[in-house]
Amino acid sequence: MGWNRLKWFFPMLILAGAILVFILRSSVNDYILSIICFAGINIILAVSLNLTNGFTGLFSLGHPAFMAVGGYVAAILTFPVTRKAMLLPALPSWLAAQQWSLLPALILGGLCATLAAFLIGFPVLRLKGHYLAVATLGFLIILQVLITNLESFTRGPLGLNGLPLLTNLWWVYLWVVITIYVCWKVKHSSLGRSMLAIRENEMAAECLGIPLSRTRIMAFALGAFFAGVAGCLWAHLVTAITPTSFSVIMAFHLVVMVVVGGSGSITGATIAALMLTSVVEILSPLEENLGAYGISEIIISIGLLLILIYRPRGLFGTQEPAFLVKQRQRVSGEVGRSLSYQNGKGGTS
Amino acid sequence: MVGYIAQQLVNGLILGSMYALVAIGFTMIYGIIRLINFAHGDIVMIGAFVTLGLVISGQIPFPVIIILVILAGALMGIIIERAAFRPMRGAPQVTGFITSLAVSILLQNLGILLLTAQPRNFFCPDYLQTVFNLGSVSLRTIDLAIVVIAVVLMVFLVLLVRFTRLGMAMRATAENLKVALLMGININRIIMLAFAIGSGLAGVAGMMWGARYGQIDPLLGFVPGLKAFVAAVIGGVGSIPGAMLGGYLLGFAEVLFVGLLPPIYSSYRDAFVFIILILILLVLPTGLLGRKMEEGV
Repeated sequence: MGWNRLKWFFPMLILAGAILVFILRSSVNDYILSIICFAGINIILAVSLNLTNGFTGLFSLGHPAFMAVGGYVAAILTFPVTRKAMLLPALPSWLAAQQWSLLPALILGGLCATLAAFLIGFPVLRLKGHYLAVATLGFLIILQVLITNLESFTRGPLGLNGLPLLTNLWWVYLWVVITIYVCWKVKHSSLGRSMLAIRENEMAAECLGIPLSRTRIMAFALGAFFAGVAGCLWAHLVTAITPTSFSVIMAFHLVVMVVVGGSGSITGATIAALMLTSVVEILSPLEENLGAYGISEIIISIGLLLILIYRPRGLFGTQEPAFLVKQRQRVSGEVGRSLSYQNGKGGTS
Repeated sequence: MVGYIAQQLVNGLILGSMYALVAIGFTMIYGIIRLINFAHGDIVMIGAFVTLGLVISGQIPFPVIIILVILAGALMGIIIERAAFRPMRGAPQVTGFITSLAVSILLQNLGILLLTAQPRNFFCPDYLQTVFNLGSVSLRTIDLAIVVIAVVLMVFLVLLVRFTRLGMAMRATAENLKVALLMGININRIIMLAFAIGSGLAGVAGMMWGARYGQIDPLLGFVPGLKAFVAAVIGGVGSIPGAMLGGYLLGFAEVLFVGLLPPIYSSYRDAFVFIILILILLVLPTGLLGRKMEEGV
C-alpha cells in the first residue's frame, strides 16, 4: 500500500507545484515573483549543500565559490554581444562573439563549477572537520581575488551589469525539481548510503570497502554542479554579478539553512530555505524603514545559536518525514556521535 | 634598494606583531578546547572601537588606554565564552565552528547596528604620530610602540605560561582536559582564562590595527582574524611560540610578496595567504612548532 501511494505522490507533487507556478505567474506582481525565485534558488543551494555537509559530513563553506564560477561563466556567455564590445573590450574574440540562451549557459556554468570542485576537491578533501571548513573558505576568498583581478573577463570589482533577465519562475522551478529529485535518488542509492556511512564512521566505512576519496569527491562535485546552476539563475535574476555577490555572509546563510533543516534531511533543507528567505524578506524592509541595518543578520545569527544549543539536530530532525519514504529505504538520522571532548563540569557524562 | 628592503622588513615586523598577538589567542583557545574561534577577529574590531572611544572621550593617558583595551577585550572574550561556547561544549568540532561563525556575524552586525557601517577615522595622540628616521627607514612612534608593546605582552605571556601555577594548569588542560579535571584543576576557569587572555591580546591588536591603518569599520575584524588563523596554522595550532613565529613569518611573507614582486601581483596578496594556508594544512598539518595532532587534520 505504501508503495502505490509513493509511486503517485511525487508526480502529483510536481504537477501541483507546476499548477502553483502557473497561478502565481498570472496573479502576483513581479516583486513577489522575484522573491519566490530567490526562495527557489535558495532551495537548490541548501539541498545541494546538504549532499556534502549533510550526507557526507564534509563541512564546506565553498558553495558560494561554485555559484560564482557558474554565475560568471554563464553571464559571460549570455551577455549581449553589443554590451560585451562596450564593457569587455579585452575579451578574446571567440568569446566576444557568443550570445547563448539560458539553458546551455546554465549547464555549462554548472559543469565549470563541477570542474572547479574536482580541482579544489582533490587536495582539500583530505582535510576534515573544521579544517576543511576553513580551507574551503580560503578557496572562496582566493576565487574572489581571482575574479577581481581577471579584469578582461570579469570587469574586476565593477562586475557585469545589465545581464539579460532570463531567469523566471519556470526555470527556477524546473531546477528545484531536478535538484530535489537527483539528491533524493542519490540519498536512497548505494552512493548515498556510502556517503552516510562515511559521515557516521569513516574507518568502518573504509573497512566495508567504500572508496572514501571517490565518494567524497562525488558528493562535492555534484553539490558544486547545482551550486553553479543556482549561481547562473541568481545572476540572471539580479541581472548583475560582482565579485562580492557571493560572499561569506552567503556561505553563512547556506549553513544556517542546512543546520536549521537538520543536516541530511532534504525536506528539512527545503523548508529551512523557504523560512530563511521569508525571514530575510520580512526583515529587510524593516531594516530600511527604521535605519536599523544589520538587524536581520543579528536575528538570524541569534536564531542559529539558539537552535545549535537547544535543537542541535535542526528544527525538523535529520530524518525525512515517514510518509515520504518506503519502509526499506528509511535512513536513520545521526546516531549518537561520540563526543570529541568532554564538558569540564559534567565530567564523563 | 637596501633602504627599501629595510623599510619593507620593518613593515613586516609591525604587521607580524599584530598577527602574532591575534594568533596567540587563536592557538590558546584551540589548544584547550579544540575550537577554531572564527569570532576572534571581531574582538580585534571591538578593541579598535574601544580605543577610539577612549581616545575621543578625553584626557586618558595612553598607557591607561592600553590597559583598558586589554580589559575590554578580555571581558568580551569571557562574555562570548559564557554565552555561546560553554553551552556548546562537548558538541562535535564542526558545531563549535558554526557557533563561532554565528557569533562573528552577530558581532559584526551589532557593530553595524550601533556604529553604522561607515568607516571612521582613527585618532592617535599627536605625540604618537611623530615621524623619525632611522637610517633610511622612516617610522612613526606608534609603529615602534606596536612592536614594543607586542613583544612585552608576549614575553609576559610566555613567563605566565612557563613559570606560574596558573600557567601549569593551562598547559595541563591543553594536554588532556579530562586528566586535568581529575587532578582537581577547575577547567571552566582555565577555559575562561584562555578566552580572556587571548581576547585581551586581540583587543590590543585592534588598537594597533586602527593606529596603523587610520580607518576602522565594524567589518575590519574579518581579515586579521583569518590571517591570524593562517599564522597559527603555520606555527602549529596549539603552540603559543608557534603562533608568535607564524605571525611574524606571515607578516614578513606578506610584506615581501607585495614589496618585491611587480605591482600587478600585489592585489593577489590575500589569495597568496590562503594558498599558503591550504598548502601548509596539506603538507605540514602540524605546522612548524606544533606537536602531532591526535585528531582534526
